[in-house]
Amino acid sequence: MCKECGCGLGGGDVKVGGHSHDHDHSHGHSHGHHHGHSHAPAPFKLDLNRSLMEKNDRLAERNRGFFKAKKLLVLNVVSSPGSGKTTFIRETAANLAGKLRVGVIVGDLATDNDAARLREAGIPVVQITTGTVCHLDADMVSKAAAQLDLDKVDVLVIENVGNLVCPADYDLGEDLRVVLLSTTEGEDKPLKYPPMFHSAQVAVITKSDIATVVGFDRKQALGNLKRVSHHAEIFELSSKTGQGMKAWLDFLVKQRGEIETSPLVLPQS
Amino acid sequence: MHEVSIMAEAVRMAVESAQAAGAWRITGLRLRVGTLSGAVPDAMRFAWDVVSRDTIAAGARLEIDSVPPVCWCATCRAEFACADYFNECPRCHNVSGELRRGRELDIASVEMN
Repeated sequence: MCKECGCGLGGGDVKVGGHSHDHDHSHGHSHGHHHGHSHAPAPFKLDLNRSLMEKNDRLAERNRGFFKAKKLLVLNVVSSPGSGKTTFIRETAANLAGKLRVGVIVGDLATDNDAARLREAGIPVVQITTGTVCHLDADMVSKAAAQLDLDKVDVLVIENVGNLVCPADYDLGEDLRVVLLSTTEGEDKPLKYPPMFHSAQVAVITKSDIATVVGFDRKQALGNLKRVSHHAEIFELSSKTGQGMKAWLDFLVKQRGEIETSPLVLPQS
Repeated sequence: MHEVSIMAEAVRMAVESAQAAGAWRITGLRLRVGTLSGAVPDAMRFAWDVVSRDTIAAGARLEIDSVPPVCWCATCRAEFACADYFNECPRCHNVSGELRRGRELDIASVEMN
């Protein structure tokens, strides 16, 4: 069973690109020697006041610096399962062909089906199977990125595990967190999962071609998005029909252009 | 759901600091968890028993201080208690999205001997 959330899925170690990585954990305590007399150390309290996320945040900053040096635009794509992340990424890559080269890191608990779908479309892709872990972290992304030829990539897309809860707390070193909301989900998703929607810089409403059929209340969904992700750029599109894709692609080209022309070292004053 | 990962990190940090201080046993751990952090205290307590097992923190008392969200109003230059991320200042009724507290996931202190 999944050790993280009891969802009944998974059961294995994190694998990057099909290779298993051993995680070494240092032995957590020393084995004392015995003198035949008792020690009675006085109890004491140590104030730490440190974030539990600091290790991941530090690794994420290292990723961010590395990606910046490579002049990559890095997207962390998050959504619930079945919102259309893989199709969205595949169509984004296909439509950017000739303008920008896209590489993908895919995270799933098990199977490399999503990676296979992208690979069939000729997109360079590395699969991370997380086993029991319900999110990607900065360390997994750094190991996966090492398996891509990043000199031949302009936009690195990280497809996170389909989950609107856990990935919210994990910075991967991305430039933009992109959250998807499909028209087949409830309009109140942003209200139900505020940490994720609030943390995203971009919100994309997907499957807009079937909005009418599934009775999607566009106005209410946009209202909810604006309430929780008031700072986010919002796009509405259909990966299938291409409707609304242009605005999204233009946005990516502009974002990547800014990264390409930004100086690596701040000018000295 | 990701509370196991978070608590495993709490054990790692607590054990590291205890060893650096020359302690041989961790007897208590105090965390600060914002109500908007995305982590659930009950799930953290549940995970704690599992991840601290077979470490020098096994059996340690776990205390979790909940931190309610507080927003900052730039107009009034003052804080106000809020419900979530996007709230109206009770004084000037301007809307503020600047969350000052409520997202903490901190290890506050470790007790050891």
